[in-house]
Amino acid sequence: MSLAQARSNRVGDARGEATQHDETMPYVANTTDDQRAMLDAIGLESLDELFEAIPEELRLKRPLAIPPALSEMELTAHLTALAGKNASAGEKVCFLGGGSYDHFIPAIVDHVAARGEFYTSYTPYQPEASQGNLQVFFEYQTLITQLTGMDVSNASLYDGGSAAAEAVLMAVTTTKRHGRVVTANSVHPEYREILATYLANLGIELVTVGTPEGTVSPAELAAQINGDTACVLVQHPNFFGCLEEVDALAAAAHDAGALLVVAVDPISLGLLKRPGDYGADIVVAEGQSLGSPMSFGGPYLGIMACREQHVRRMPGRIAGETVDRRGKRCFVLTLQTREQHIRREKATSNICTNQGLFALRAAVYLAAMGPVGIRQTAELCLRKARYASGRLTADTSLVPAFSRPTFKEFVVRCPHGNVEAALERASESGYLAGVPLSRWYDDLADCFLVAVTERRTQDEIDGLAACLKELTCSNA
Amino acid sequence: MRNARATQLLFELARPGRRSAQLPACDVPEVPLDDLLPAEALSPAPPPLPELSEPELVRHFTNLSTQNMSVDTHFYPLGSCTMKYNPKRNERLASLPGMIDLHPYQPSATLQGLLELLDGLQQMLAEIAGLPAVSLQPAAGAQGELTSLLIAAAHFRTLGQKRTKVLTPDSAHGTNPASAAMAGFDTVQVKSTPAGFVEMEDLAAKLDDSVAVFMITNPNTLGMFDRQIGEIAKRVHDLGGLLYLDGANMNAILGITRPGDFGADMMHFNPHKTFSGPHGGGGPGAGPIAVSEALAPYLPVPVIVRDGDRYELEYDRPQSIGRVRSFFGNVGVLVRSYCYLRTHGPEGLRRVSENAVLNANYLLSKVKHIFPVPQGDRCMHEFVASGARLKSDRGVSAMDVAKRLLDYGFHAPTVYFPPIVREAMMIEPTETETKETLDAFAETLFRITEEPPDLLCEAPHTTSISRPDEVRAARQPVMSWRAE
Ligand SMILES: Cc1ncc(COP(=O)(O)O)c(C=O)c1O
Repeated sequence: MSLAQARSNRVGDARGEATQHDETMPYVANTTDDQRAMLDAIGLESLDELFEAIPEELRLKRPLAIPPALSEMELTAHLTALAGKNASAGEKVCFLGGGSYDHFIPAIVDHVAARGEFYTSYTPYQPEASQGNLQVFFEYQTLITQLTGMDVSNASLYDGGSAAAEAVLMAVTTTKRHGRVVTANSVHPEYREILATYLANLGIELVTVGTPEGTVSPAELAAQINGDTACVLVQHPNFFGCLEEVDALAAAAHDAGALLVVAVDPISLGLLKRPGDYGADIVVAEGQSLGSPMSFGGPYLGIMACREQHVRRMPGRIAGETVDRRGKRCFVLTLQTREQHIRREKATSNICTNQGLFALRAAVYLAAMGPVGIRQTAELCLRKARYASGRLTADTSLVPAFSRPTFKEFVVRCPHGNVEAALERASESGYLAGVPLSRWYDDLADCFLVAVTERRTQDEIDGLAACLKELTCSNA
Repeated sequence: MRNARATQLLFELARPGRRSAQLPACDVPEVPLDDLLPAEALSPAPPPLPELSEPELVRHFTNLSTQNMSVDTHFYPLGSCTMKYNPKRNERLASLPGMIDLHPYQPSATLQGLLELLDGLQQMLAEIAGLPAVSLQPAAGAQGELTSLLIAAAHFRTLGQKRTKVLTPDSAHGTNPASAAMAGFDTVQVKSTPAGFVEMEDLAAKLDDSVAVFMITNPNTLGMFDRQIGEIAKRVHDLGGLLYLDGANMNAILGITRPGDFGADMMHFNPHKTFSGPHGGGGPGAGPIAVSEALAPYLPVPVIVRDGDRYELEYDRPQSIGRVRSFFGNVGVLVRSYCYLRTHGPEGLRRVSENAVLNANYLLSKVKHIFPVPQGDRCMHEFVASGARLKSDRGVSAMDVAKRLLDYGFHAPTVYFPPIVREAMMIEPTETETKETLDAFAETLFRITEEPPDLLCEAPHTTSISRPDEVRAARQPVMSWRAE
């Protein structure tokens, strides 16, 4: 037996392989011949020797206890079966919101995002090999500034909630006020939970102003802002769907030298005044509405934009324009001295991998919508939501929880009967009717939040009203 | 084929009156807007977005895509990033309507298939980690680090211990010290030996009862497994501290050794690296964490609980640190990870690591004749070559080499990281590359070292742009397009 053959046997025998290339390596090209040639080149006898650096006593001496390998066909059948145990928004009519929405996604968004050159590339560390991504980020940043009326956008954060927390940390370092942050009960409860988690060890006090009428009172907010308050975090339209008095809230913050951080619904900006126009200092948003599926909560897109003077405290990647050696316009990652790979513990944030592909989706979405499309989408949401709140409160025993103007969501109270039970039965009848608020608000335990996007039709809204009429009245 | 004409911005291509999206007519009564919203809340005009037709948009973005290198088109040996092949079946399956059209607040009765999948993923990750409790919530590796450090802080608060420091080796990824600072800790650097191992004397000098966590990457950022890990864990634990494992390099050790077995109390995975979630031009990733039994009560909410054959989300966990992200997490990435793990099974996963380490050692055996590899002749899944000699002999930097590789159709390695190697080129081939590709890459590296320095300092020559002026970009930042 030749040496090569002997090695062949050893590589093969060690794994008991009969074939040249076995089925548990679907994405590995190396055949046993390749492996043998490569081990020869390295000067090793067996694959096991590759792991000599790992002390014997620390090795796993048994196979991992995970399920056996599946072929593509078997995996497809398995996933299809699992998917079949879920009820998708296509099967039930979705009136759920609270930060994730069933908006329409034009086909070109999926088409562009499925380009392998986009989704299988990474952070553009080599700009010459990444002008596609860099230009997309630059365009995305521009679209976000156009949408929000702010000066600068970054290239994405993880999601709306962590973006809100990052914005608060940015406000703290910008103002050098480490004492207090003031927010309102009408801000998404999960965003406030994230903020509390992020602040837990930083010695910064988080004060939450109540919102019994559905919006925050500028006077009550102002009363909580002291000389060591970094910022005010509000949401507009807020978690209940109500519009806040943003001009007065901005004045309250600025009068005390604090920054205004506002979380917005990007779709609402087709219609509502832009945050840059009412004095916001940092704007954050959940970008899922802009062309991304609901996907049980992620991946989504954390949008962040700010005023130019604050950009050096901003977290995340930023694409910037420059020229190449021949004077041609091109794009790079810029202001990188803010970032962890350069500044380590002094960086503005720890964020590294962000949500690039979802920034791309948002860019395609916004470009496809244009000013007319985004306006129409916002108007359809508003009109349909108002029609729905009218039908629900007229036809059923539900009553509006608040009287403030709303955009695409509203809260209804269920005076007779159990909200959870009613929602469960509505789901059985084919309607995801709303998000119960009891998990977050004791005083709204008999309420739920209804969202109506441009995708909902009059028939679906009428159907929901009929379904809830039966449920809420029969519960009485 | 790249279209050289296609470099205009969306905003330059736009013309008033062009349309792409078409929306249906309003089917509910059209009440005037002024009756619906107060005038002061409304914007006088819609946002000034560009106006383009659908065909123009498709051509624009398609042409932009061709200006990227990507795993689908090029060898992409970007060290520390594990740029392996992204399986197409996972893309298809993660996009099934029953996986993707799901609202995060749907009743759990309508989510049983997805919760079963996520629970299955948690169990597989726990087994691979050798740590029993998993949270899928963090959105990326860095957020997994932050979450774990917040858990550590909560744990020491419960114990009534004031521990203010986090130690990281000087070879650590930048996210490690940045996460420690965000979690409210002071960071202290521990020195490495030339081979990249923890310098034990320096560790001993810096380790005391004010240290909450020692964060280690093992295999480390030089691609070396630190055999002292058992001793390191013992020293950290003896003083009451916790050991964190940065799991970015798990691709080297799947099924071979487990962090929990070598002493880690908590760790994160980077599913966009190890489990082939596509990198998306800079995300999305995910950053699931696995922790010891003692730390499980502090995991973020919600957690999946199983009651017979029903799955529920549990929110009521009094010791939980709370949340780091809204909703459940980057579920689409997690579904792809699940598909990846189920495709491989125990044998397949082990072979992933064997072949990743084989490919890296094979490439090292070739590259070391061209560029010295200070750590020695052997590595795990990646290695760091030094361009210092070429720099001093011929004035050609690691950056020049990186740029010239692009001309030959290879993405560059990670350069100038880790900071402890001069003119560092961190090369990670992954298991999904062929021997022929590795041979061609090594030959190209050799060829480049023979090329005239002038040519190299001006490289790349064939990409859509030449070297950009980064100083100008930072001095006069232009971060969005503005109408003149
Ligand atoms: C060693 C190491 N640690 C941590 C990270 C951070 O992970 P992520 O980018 O997913 O946040 C990375 C990668 O980017 C890394 O290479």
